[in-house]
Amino acid sequence: VEGAMQTDAKIRTAGGTEPGPQGPGCSLRHFACEQNLLSRPDGSASFLQGVAEKSRERLIRNTCEAVVLGTLHPRTSITIVLQVVSDAGSLLACCLNAACIALVDAGVPMRALFCGVTCALDSDGTLVLDPTAKQEKEARAVLTFALDSVDQKLLMSTTKGLYSDAELQQCLAAAQAASQHVFRFYRESLQRRYSKS
Amino acid sequence: MAAGFKTVEPLEYFRRFLKENCRPDGRELGEFRTTTVNIGSISTADGSALVKLGNTTVICGIKAEFAAPPTDAPNKGYVVPNVDLPPLCSSRFRSGPPGEEAQVASQFIADVIENSQIIQKEDLCISPGKLAWVLYCDLICLDYDGNILDACTFALLAALKNVQLPEVTINEETALAEVNLKKQSYLNIRTHPVATSFAVFDDTLLIVDPTGEEEHLATGTLTVVMDEEGKLCCLHKPGGSGLTGAKLQDCMSRAVTRHKEVKKLMDEVIKSMKPK
Repeated sequence: VEGAMQTDAKIRTAGGTEPGPQGPGCSLRHFACEQNLLSRPDGSASFLQGVAEKSRERLIRNTCEAVVLGTLHPRTSITIVLQVVSDAGSLLACCLNAACIALVDAGVPMRALFCGVTCALDSDGTLVLDPTAKQEKEARAVLTFALDSVDQKLLMSTTKGLYSDAELQQCLAAAQAASQHVFRFYRESLQRRYSKS
Repeated sequence: MAAGFKTVEPLEYFRRFLKENCRPDGRELGEFRTTTVNIGSISTADGSALVKLGNTTVICGIKAEFAAPPTDAPNKGYVVPNVDLPPLCSSRFRSGPPGEEAQVASQFIADVIENSQIIQKEDLCISPGKLAWVLYCDLICLDYDGNILDACTFALLAALKNVQLPEVTINEETALAEVNLKKQSYLNIRTHPVATSFAVFDDTLLIVDPTGEEEHLATGTLTVVMDEEGKLCCLHKPGGSGLTGAKLQDCMSRAVTRHKEVKKLMDEVIKSMKPK
């Protein structure tokens, strides 16, 4: 039995893109483990920071849970590890886009694609899509939406600051229009990738 | 027989009620549970409130203490909220460090305070750069039956309206703070944010004020925090099934009516309390 268990472990770690007995979630988990060990800089520097990250994680997780067809992979854990390389504003939207493409790359079955769009409203009501860090800081309100690719429904929303109902509808409409560009980019980059190989 | 069906197929059981446009406890889809509020019950706290939304019970206690203002904002005080979901409120929580739900709720309340500007942090400053008030707002859930965010926001608002801070003067000679407990004044509450939570079912139906069981069966949740001018401080939708713009509009109108109901209730309670 010992021998059999060891060989089983070998297959799992060397798996690569080949789906193991537990499904594509397998190789992803191994990858995630390494990342976690390496990139844990001062984890408890300040408690408040930790809580903000926890709520961001929860938003991303709940958005993914809504689109991933979990019933096709019972007893499987799908771990998504997001490492921030550089933050120039609209971080949460960028994380959502990265998570979606990663799920497509891993071959996880989903009912729709999703994308993140950030809107900033400044003091005189002008709308800025995909604001820089500086624009976000000076804005009166920052709204981040996650929209699905089928009919641009609102999957996730988180907002900061004060704004009116009409402004919300305006931002949502602008975000829905912008999401078309993002989905077109997804399609183009995936076409490029699969046409080469 | 109904109890057996409910245990085996909770979602089907619930769908039967939804088809008749009502819920197992007899409420309509847009109806809130009975809301009761009790202000000023904790005598050792500077401000307190107990809110009951049906069975969900949240108590908020506010303590004011001295602290040095932050170096990057020497004329501002602090408001530190903390939501605690102890094991006594529901069997899903264990004792120990705060779980994810408690942390998310604390972050939500901190965002509401920050976004709605319910109190100006400048009002909490006593002496710029040297001394400021810090308000520790502790929200403890005593009974968890869904819709914790609405109850916490209401309890926080009611407790803040109840806070009385004594007058503080800095003695120039000794540089110590002298507290005059005889002269107390209420906080200047600038806006009244009220939260309205919805649960999404089967991607289409929206029900207001979900109970614990309804939250568990829901495919998504949405919380809208609105102030009296119809301005939104927070649109919290942590994933779940998608919503169209039109459905969102319905939620906004329901939130406006809810704001009026809550404001009326709170004004009545405060009026009945003022002569102290």
